[in-house]
Amino acid sequence: MKIFVLIKQVAAQGSVVKIDGDGRWVEETNLVFTANESDNYALEEALLMKEAHGGEVVVCTLGPERARQVVKDALAKGADRAIFFRDDQFADLDSNALGEVFARILREEEFDLILSGLQADDTGEAELGPILAQKLNLPHVTMVVETELPDGVIKVKQELEGGWFRFVEADLPALLTIQSGINQPRYASLKGIMAMKKKEIREITMADLGITAAELSAMQSITRLYIPEKIKETTFIEGSAEEIATKLVDVLSNEAKVI
Amino acid sequence: MGKILAYIQCANGDPTRNALEAFRAAQLLAADLEYQLSGTVFGAHLPDSVKALKMDQLIHVQSPSLMSYTPELFVAAMDAVMKTESPDIMIAGHTYQVRDWLPRLAGQRNCPMVSDCIGYHIDPELIWVRQVFQGKINADVVTSAEQVIVSFQSGAYRADQLENGNPSIRAMEVDLSQVTLHVRPGEKFQDTKDSIDLSHAERIISVGRGISEEAKLSIIHELAAVLDAELASSRPVVDYGWLEHDRQVGSSGQTVSPKLYLAVGLSGAIQHQVGMKNSGCIVAINKDAHAPIFEIADYGVVADLFEIIPQLTTALAERQKA
Repeated sequence: MKIFVLIKQVAAQGSVVKIDGDGRWVEETNLVFTANESDNYALEEALLMKEAHGGEVVVCTLGPERARQVVKDALAKGADRAIFFRDDQFADLDSNALGEVFARILREEEFDLILSGLQADDTGEAELGPILAQKLNLPHVTMVVETELPDGVIKVKQELEGGWFRFVEADLPALLTIQSGINQPRYASLKGIMAMKKKEIREITMADLGITAAELSAMQSITRLYIPEKIKETTFIEGSAEEIATKLVDVLSNEAKVI
Repeated sequence: MGKILAYIQCANGDPTRNALEAFRAAQLLAADLEYQLSGTVFGAHLPDSVKALKMDQLIHVQSPSLMSYTPELFVAAMDAVMKTESPDIMIAGHTYQVRDWLPRLAGQRNCPMVSDCIGYHIDPELIWVRQVFQGKINADVVTSAEQVIVSFQSGAYRADQLENGNPSIRAMEVDLSQVTLHVRPGEKFQDTKDSIDLSHAERIISVGRGISEEAKLSIIHELAAVLDAELASSRPVVDYGWLEHDRQVGSSGQTVSPKLYLAVGLSGAIQHQVGMKNSGCIVAINKDAHAPIFEIADYGVVADLFEIIPQLTTALAERQKA
């Protein structure tokens, strides 16, 4: 079993994000970056499959120098090797262009499965997986909450809306996008961290893949970011913790009449 | 004249709510741009409610193999419709099904897909509005391609404002015989272990990842006891195994509308909001003043929940004694 896991580095959940001076992205200087949450579940699922069936887990990310950390973390958790596509312009690539980059990388590799999270926590497009599967002519299943590997196929449980599910069987090789909560992601052990230092991180650039910037020109781009207008008028309650508690009880009981 | 093609997703013989909301966006956009509007329904059955919607033509792709959803067949069918129709804009509701196949169609047609949009404006070029950073920030997006695929978020437009009409109906034959199926879906089912029904709860305390660890849930349990409230949560809390799965509120969990919804340490991403935004009174306690939950909160407290919750429990207990 040879499994590729695509991981995106994003601003940590709960980060206070500020729009940058250009108004087209956010200020990155004070942000803490981490692996995208559902990608982390995808990595764990790949490691569990490797433990059960043998094989290799290869992690792959694309981003500026800071993104190297997410593949190092994945290697420390047990991935065997990494491909780091280093590109400072990656924020300008749209999902079709990203699909093309990953397709070029993966066409040079042999694999049984490609896993990634179901969507990125920052841009939230949920597009790359199916686009990449199309470019590689692979079957895909999104929102996977269980996996099973009988001979030659992959069987998964796919989440549908409102608490509905279905089982789906797909031929290998295949691409799956993984829903958060499918497993319990591990932490890196000290031994894992030491082992990571000896593992290969292959760094590649656009030139190595023979892609020109023109081939990757974005068909969609963000022209402006802004804070959404509020839908409701919110009454903010301020003071010390004790004062806030007293005032809250008062408004809930006398204004809203819900207690 | 420009063209808009809308996909009208149906389930159990009726169009889905999200499909109708997206169709309303398509009607408005067609009027604003003076474009021709076509709707498309897949499968043997064409619902009467769809036949009564205002549009220029309704395309019915009857193939029985489209009765249940398979990504490869849906991509091939819509690709064929788009080749015939050459729409400038293709619109759908951002449902789980659409998320599964529409990006693949965008890849196949090499056109941009702007997903999960909450609106559009024309200024003077066409700008799509979508949320980034889990609803904290809105983004204006423009495309540069002859064709664009757009999906609209649940609730972004109102289905009760749909205009009625009498479209011409066109049956379209699509040859799907060349499609090799590498994905074989089974029947859909509901997990039967759901036992906690939150839909009748009068008061709900919903806890998010701000609670930081399972042991700290004890302060929430204490508050729930004095408030006579049911406990609920956002997705991460059940993913971590801190609460039972059936206490999850949101697009992949339950939909609730209690008198009081107290959101504690919960950012309120759209996937959560769709499950609770119709609650009577929404109170949010979060240390991040920019958390999206404050957009829909009636009362807001920007503070550390670990300081506020014990005080609130005490204040409520004293009120009951008095």
